[in-house]
Amino acid sequence: MIRTEEMLLNVGPQHPSTHGVFRLILKIDGEIIKEATPVIGYLHRGTEKIAEDLQYTQIIPYTDRMDYLSAMTNNYVLCHAVETMIELEVPERAEYLRVLAMELGRIASHLVWYGTYLLDIGATSPFLYAFRDREHIINLLNELSGGRLTFNYMRIGGVKWDAPEGWIEKVKNFVPYMREQIEGYHELVTGNEIFKERAKGIGTYTKEDAIAHSLSGANLRCTGVNYDIRKVEPYSIYDRFDFQVVTREEGDAWARYECRMQEMEESLKIVEQAVEQFPESGPVLGKVPRIIRPPKGEAYVRIESPRGEIGCYIASDGKKEPYRLKFRRPSFYNLQILPKLLKGENMANLVAILGGVDIVLGEVDG
Amino acid sequence: MEWIQGVFTSSPTIESFAIYLLITVPFLLMVLGFVTYAILAERKVMGYIQLRYGPNRTGGRFGLLQTVADVFKLLIKEDTRPKLADKGLFILAPVIAFVPSFMVLVVLPYTETLTFANLGIGLLYFIAISGISTIGIVTAGWASNNKYALMGGMRAVAQMISYEIPLLMSLVGLVLFAGTLNLTEIIEQQQYVPYILLQPIGFIIFFICALAELNRIPFDLPEAESEIIAGYHVEYSGFRFAFFMLAEYVYMFAMAGLITVLFLGGWQPIIGLGFIPGFVWFALKFSLVVFVFMWIRATLPRLRSDQLMEFAWKVLLPISLANIFLSAILKELFF
Amino acid sequence: MSNEEKDLEDLQKKKDLEAQSDQPSSQTSELKSDASTEPDARNEANQNPPTDTNKEMQDQSTNDSPTSKTEQEGATEPSHTSTTKSSKKPNEEPTSASSKDETNTEKTTAKKSDAQIDAQSDEKPERPKRPPRKRKKKDEEPKEEAPSPKQPQLESFVQVIEEHLGKNVLAENYINRLSKHIPTIVAKPEHYFQLAKFLKEHEELAFTYLSDIHGVDYETHMEVYVHLYSLTKNHSIALKVKVDRDNPTIDSLTPIWEGANWPESETYDLLGIQFTGHPDLKRILLGEDWKGHPLRKDYEPYDVEV
Repeated sequence: MIRTEEMLLNVGPQHPSTHGVFRLILKIDGEIIKEATPVIGYLHRGTEKIAEDLQYTQIIPYTDRMDYLSAMTNNYVLCHAVETMIELEVPERAEYLRVLAMELGRIASHLVWYGTYLLDIGATSPFLYAFRDREHIINLLNELSGGRLTFNYMRIGGVKWDAPEGWIEKVKNFVPYMREQIEGYHELVTGNEIFKERAKGIGTYTKEDAIAHSLSGANLRCTGVNYDIRKVEPYSIYDRFDFQVVTREEGDAWARYECRMQEMEESLKIVEQAVEQFPESGPVLGKVPRIIRPPKGEAYVRIESPRGEIGCYIASDGKKEPYRLKFRRPSFYNLQILPKLLKGENMANLVAILGGVDIVLGEVDG
Repeated sequence: MEWIQGVFTSSPTIESFAIYLLITVPFLLMVLGFVTYAILAERKVMGYIQLRYGPNRTGGRFGLLQTVADVFKLLIKEDTRPKLADKGLFILAPVIAFVPSFMVLVVLPYTETLTFANLGIGLLYFIAISGISTIGIVTAGWASNNKYALMGGMRAVAQMISYEIPLLMSLVGLVLFAGTLNLTEIIEQQQYVPYILLQPIGFIIFFICALAELNRIPFDLPEAESEIIAGYHVEYSGFRFAFFMLAEYVYMFAMAGLITVLFLGGWQPIIGLGFIPGFVWFALKFSLVVFVFMWIRATLPRLRSDQLMEFAWKVLLPISLANIFLSAILKELFF
Repeated sequence: MSNEEKDLEDLQKKKDLEAQSDQPSSQTSELKSDASTEPDARNEANQNPPTDTNKEMQDQSTNDSPTSKTEQEGATEPSHTSTTKSSKKPNEEPTSASSKDETNTEKTTAKKSDAQIDAQSDEKPERPKRPPRKRKKKDEEPKEEAPSPKQPQLESFVQVIEEHLGKNVLAENYINRLSKHIPTIVAKPEHYFQLAKFLKEHEELAFTYLSDIHGVDYETHMEVYVHLYSLTKNHSIALKVKVDRDNPTIDSLTPIWEGANWPESETYDLLGIQFTGHPDLKRILLGEDWKGHPLRKDYEPYDVEV
């Protein structure tokens, strides 16, 4: 008999495939994972604590840094929470600009996911193709907000800047371009047998598991749960657009891949419609009180970020700083299921599963 | 050119040793030059596939001195060694990996005359020697005293041993057709029809196995960047790392050369274009093979280790065995 | 200040400033003006410490609040007054009317700020707040009378709960108008777990999805806020439970929703609430050797300067 023993392997916090500073303590037997213990908190910056000393408008840039791949949705969730509390009406043009920014951001975020996921699995080129197309979106958002990653674009009651001249035209032209590129992605990757082998049946969980673990976004929809906050609790002007909630039944990494790929197309649909309906003119910032002082009380709003359900809870004591601010960070919730998924898996599947969950560590650690 | 042939076959004297040295040292330098520019070419080709420029600063617009600079950097880098590493093996491993990759070059016939050792069992020699580099890799993985390196080493052993079997089996059909293991003779028999046409199945299997033996995507599991970081050479730095790197590319040179020799007809020209010298043909075919290697690397994702094993034992081995029988029948009926 | 403001406004896009020229709506100018007025307010606070701040402290009967907190209150309180009477007053009516069940501390805050305004009414005359006041009144006044659209939903929830679990489990129930009219129920701590389980398992309620769980430190007590959603019925509910601040212990929801695992750990980490029955309660974001719970209001940072 050969004497075998289990080995303790430390994956991360410095590891190429953990997408940031995420650490996994693995107990492995050969290449089979017996037990996985995630360790997080390396990127905890205490956003919620800092926010207690800041006025609401000053918190917006901090939200950018949580989910830095879709900063627009983070901006929005805070503004939306405050607007809900002070019952502020947002001008229509601002709402359209917000939706355009958020949906473009969603595509950009999914593109990063697509690129890095394929990179994890070992294909190098899709990463660069995805980043090329993301660059177009970033340029568009840059023109809009002046930032490339942390936009700080939205304000309570509207947006910071109106769209520059010709911007809408550029967005309009971007839609068919992006559709063509997505076709290309499918040609390159979706039909690839190796990729299918790597993703199909990997990291499978059931509907019940997904719901019990409070997963959201594509991680939940890949099990066939039709849950998208843009549909079930329409916020902003999402009830004006015709789009589908993409679901799959299998609940594996492949279903998650398909969900995200199709979500990009649905987002393009929304962008297309928003461009068509875009109001000719109008203000982009509502009648905001000079100092925002939500009434005493609390509010919790949630919206659909590319990674799932992002929520913002504000408890106010009537001051200009929040008494307590809390973000429901989708990656944090989504990551919980990881130890369960990794148990009994091959080491090589580790990255395929972890990548498939689509985490952003800035968000996980808050 | 005749006299080179004469020197190669003459009995060993001091004089022939000197001549030998005079020819082989430039040749080794040529191989190193190839490695330098193969790395550059790989980066350039992948750059163009991936819509970027690749190296374009060091050494002019095409980054001609980029690899030179890289290797020089590796040379002057601090040579780190983990405290708990097995010192002897840690130092020995890169050498074990490096030497066989050069040793196999000796049997490759580049032109009719430029063959360093025209061995009767050239093919067997090539496969046998190339297997030694596996030992270097597993030694590196073990000696580093690093869990990732160990996993990389284990993966490398499992993979290389598994793929050596179909690699050899896929050649049996070809050897049946050729009736010899001498590489020069194999080329000579492809004067009209290269073996890629007579042995298509064998070619495909051999090509796949060659990729696996080279540890290149989609079979780069031993050094899978995203899984086990860099596998067996994770703890190596400086020139020891350069040794692994060089071995990999020299081995790629050798494999591409072997494929050119076995299946593409080596120096044999396409019929009607015989006025172009043989070494140009060899270089062209050889470059084509190398390019395909790079192309695949830029396109495919990586396999998983269990899939890799299954693929070797359940798919490639049976097909290569069937190929032997098919070749035997064809040989019996038509040749 | 007004010059600076003007410049900033010019920088902004040509929003219809003419329409609302008396009310500078741009965010930048708001921030700027805020920052520039703050020192004034602070100075004032130091010169004549407002007596009503102390009064408020007594009202809230926050015995355990440390001195650092009072200082903070004192510093921030005067900035309250930077809004004039006109904008504060209407605030008082709707909040107190809409959530009657809220404790009267709220009223005291409103009253106090009124008093403060009287005392310092000469401050910042250059800040007219007319337009927002008008709009707010228009928006909120009809709502005062009309019951919330979610009121029947809340009643049906409460009815089902009381039918099955008795009248004893709920401490309070109300509609939280600030949070999109969400039905909110406050459980008694001893029935919290039972109620949560019931909310999930009862087929009429079917709150299968745990959207969020976190805690708040209200200085008088702690509170755990749970947002539940039903995927089949498409309705939400906010479940709250009050936890004793000195010994914050409450049942864990992890046996019901595995997804409550990490958020509860986070709540423990940041607020110090102990969840009994939690499989692996640990400091999830801060290190294991961290001292204190940063989101508690009496937390003193190690490096006070930061």
